[in-house]
Amino acid sequence: MTEAAIHVEGQQPSLHVHAHEAHAPGATQAKGQQHPIKLYLAVWGWLFVLSTCSFLVDYFGIHGHLRWSLILLFMVLKAGLIVAVFMHMAWERLALAYAILLPPVLVLVFVAIMVFESDYTHLLRVVFFTPTA
Amino acid sequence: MAETALTNVGASPARLPGLRGIVADWSSDQRAFKNVSWGKAMMWIFLLSDTFIFSCFLLSYMTARMSTTVPWPNPSEVFALNIGGQHIPLILIAIMTFILISSSGTMAMAVNFGYRRDRIRTAALMLATAAFGATFVGMQAFEWTKLIMEGVRPWGNPWGAAQFGASFFMITGFHGTHVTIGVIFLIAIARKVLRGDFDVERRGFFTSRKGYYEIVEITGLYWHFVDLVWVFIFALFYLW
Repeated sequence: MTEAAIHVEGQQPSLHVHAHEAHAPGATQAKGQQHPIKLYLAVWGWLFVLSTCSFLVDYFGIHGHLRWSLILLFMVLKAGLIVAVFMHMAWERLALAYAILLPPVLVLVFVAIMVFESDYTHLLRVVFFTPTA
Repeated sequence: MAETALTNVGASPARLPGLRGIVADWSSDQRAFKNVSWGKAMMWIFLLSDTFIFSCFLLSYMTARMSTTVPWPNPSEVFALNIGGQHIPLILIAIMTFILISSSGTMAMAVNFGYRRDRIRTAALMLATAAFGATFVGMQAFEWTKLIMEGVRPWGNPWGAAQFGASFFMITGFHGTHVTIGVIFLIAIARKVLRGDFDVERRGFFTSRKGYYEIVEITGLYWHFVDLVWVFIFALFYLW
């Protein structure tokens, strides 16, 4: 049934196909992760926009806390879009989503530990190994 | 017996909402991931372990950068290029980013056409993804060559903190390896799709199990992960 539907659509102009698919997700829901192509194109577009934004942060030489928060914001948004839509995590059961997404969040604890550690190393270097030149 | 590993039942059992649903799924002493085949679950678990590897690389880079008393080389300048007489900061990296995002877009659509059993479009989109990936690796090779010619080594560089080279080669090298493996993976699966293996459920020569179009989605998971890692490398290494 699915194949037949696609066949008919294939003969129409491509713009028409996208619009059509977007409105008829029900017909293709039976097997696997089936989502309208339009959604993927939208996410693709957003990824381009967000990448351009983060590139512009560097291009315009924004510095300090604004730079870091913008970079992190665009990074998290892009990562979220990729995982949620491209990797279909938004449509998986929570049991899988939590099993996969929670452990990486715990890496933040490791980050905190290493921030303290590197501050300490930096202090030691400044106190004992400052270049004498 | 063989069927237990390959189940991807269309209808997933009803589930309780929220936390109760998670506990119910995990405590049912059968399988935790009800509607997810083992192939997909194991790819996710592999990607989770890979996440930790890349996390460790980025963490060691952070530690090196935070603890050095020498200024860190400015990536904006290091990765600048002169194009048409104009000095554009970070332009090569920006182009590489767009290429990788585009490859993710074509991959997502390949998965879609795969589930519709559209052999030709699936294979074509997968090969396009592989071509984008190969382009990315090519540009990375160019970038490495340029930096090595300019005197960047794992133990030092002309611009500042000695750890810059080690961090750069380790992180981008490991990511480039992942992209290369992904390209090979994509070509191998695209060949199977094109040959119609998943329509006739031909058995694989190595595993002697039937293949399904789901492998396209599993390949896609790996590929999107490679793109995902690049998002973090781009932000934390190149832009920071």
